[in-house]
Amino acid sequence: MADRRRVNTGSLATHLVLSLGALVMVFPFLWQALTALKSLAEVSKVPPTFLPDDWNWSSFDEVFTALPFREMLTNSALATAGRTAGQLVFCSLAAYAFARMRFRGRDLLFGLFLSVLMVPSSLLVLPQYDIIQQFGLLNSTPALFLPGMFSAFGTFLLRQAFLALPKELEEAARIDGAGSFRVFWSVMLPLIRPALAALAVITAMTAWNDLLWPLIVNTDPKTMPISAGLTSLEGQYETNYPVMMAGSLIASLPMLLVYVFLQRHFVQSVAFSGSKG
Amino acid sequence: MSLFPATAAAKAADRRATKPAPRPAPRGQRAAYGFIAPLGIGFAVFYFWPMIQTFYFSFTEFGPFGGHTWTGTDNYARVLRDVTVWQALGNTLIYCGIGLVALPLAIVVAALLNRRGLRGVAVYRALYFVPFVTLPVAVGLVWNWLYNGDFGLLNEILGWFGVDRHYWVSDPSTAVLAIGAVMVWSTTGYYLIIFMAGIKAIPRDYYEAAELDGAGPLRRFFTITLPLLSPTLFFASVICMIQSLQTFDLIYIMMGEKNPAVGDTQSVVGLFYKWAFIENAQGAAAALAFLLMLLIAGLTYLQFRLQRKWVHYG
Repeated sequence: MADRRRVNTGSLATHLVLSLGALVMVFPFLWQALTALKSLAEVSKVPPTFLPDDWNWSSFDEVFTALPFREMLTNSALATAGRTAGQLVFCSLAAYAFARMRFRGRDLLFGLFLSVLMVPSSLLVLPQYDIIQQFGLLNSTPALFLPGMFSAFGTFLLRQAFLALPKELEEAARIDGAGSFRVFWSVMLPLIRPALAALAVITAMTAWNDLLWPLIVNTDPKTMPISAGLTSLEGQYETNYPVMMAGSLIASLPMLLVYVFLQRHFVQSVAFSGSKG
Repeated sequence: MSLFPATAAAKAADRRATKPAPRPAPRGQRAAYGFIAPLGIGFAVFYFWPMIQTFYFSFTEFGPFGGHTWTGTDNYARVLRDVTVWQALGNTLIYCGIGLVALPLAIVVAALLNRRGLRGVAVYRALYFVPFVTLPVAVGLVWNWLYNGDFGLLNEILGWFGVDRHYWVSDPSTAVLAIGAVMVWSTTGYYLIIFMAGIKAIPRDYYEAAELDGAGPLRRFFTITLPLLSPTLFFASVICMIQSLQTFDLIYIMMGEKNPAVGDTQSVVGLFYKWAFIENAQGAAAALAFLLMLLIAGLTYLQFRLQRKWVHYG
């Protein structure tokens, strides 16, 4: 009896510490939402009010007139989709070859590909910018996702998944007369669906949140993604916190939803790799 | 040690796959090259060629009418002489140091969540991870609002405890710390997930045996969890260091352009961005980027060397 009570107070204390931490993690977002719903006058009140005096939704409209917000959201969506689709296609093809096929120079090439992981991305943006410029793609949607479609991390992640599959399936399909691509596409690819999902989720997040690269290649507000767009909102609307908070909230929402629905894949890919990108 | 902890199954398959094979049929070989070609071309265009180019740029001066003129090691000399570089480097190392605080925090939370029979683990994990998933720009903006010197909530709360009003992000003496705190806040959840995976791999028997021997929770944490978690901790600290040496987003957002503390909070990548895309000093920027890469490589190597002293591989 006494022992059980000790366990209970112990777990009560644990819950107390954990909930305090959780509050610190989540409170800024709550504050963001509450600020977005206040009037400009109320925001500058001292001491601050917790709940809005009047629930004021106009900031959510204002964001769309202050900036080409709708275009920016579309740009983000396209950049995210392009980068994710590209990684899934290019990385899975290469990962399959590296994991399941034999060819001369394989280990050397794999080592070379992995070296991309070691190089900080900021080192490469100058020449990458020049290349995009030469292609005539500055201020275009493809500029946002082109370099990000090719990923050493994605190749590595999917190769690990392919390596873990049994040999027999592949052989059976081959005996049935399927060619390499057929085996890859109809037999092996469906089997690594969890790894593909994990890669898709982590790539989508990286693409949506990317800032440095979009700031460089797309300087026209109409071609910017929302991550870069919000920084220009900060410049123009320096003191209009309700509008800035409304904008931030809308811009974060898509990834939060993806996270809520695909949490398991997020956790899986992070736990597996410990790397984003 | 590879940078990534591979699963045992994958490792075994790896061994099988790399066994010397009978001479493969040329047709199969050609197919394999076809599979890697799209990625290979992308890498060549957007990664390998740029690596060579950056290296070349770092020895040139970019002219006002285009074209690169060879200037030898002038850029490197400029970088090493420039006080702003050393200041940015100092700041970056401070960010790196502050960023590492996320690791012990994450370990403690992970250990608490590992308590047997604890309810709501998934909920806690989800809540702690939310800051990491959120758009960094949004994170920067909301924290700027919380830090705001006139109407910010932080001053209000600290006021209850008698702390004076403070302009956290525009005062050079607190700006780096304020940004660093947000870094810690937004990455703790990420390391939490990594550590939870690491702790899960520790056999329960160890804890049960220790409990029978009368070891309390603290003792179990220091004699079982921490040593057995050291490979994960090593991995996390390498990642944490590499990421924070490249820190840019939060500083760019929280500082803006007019903040009086801009120079005092600048990171190396921030300085690189300014030189390359605002001041048009591409050669010097390339040299700076190259030196940063050497620094990251050097520090990573150092960590791998030091791991022998403290990492236990079971």
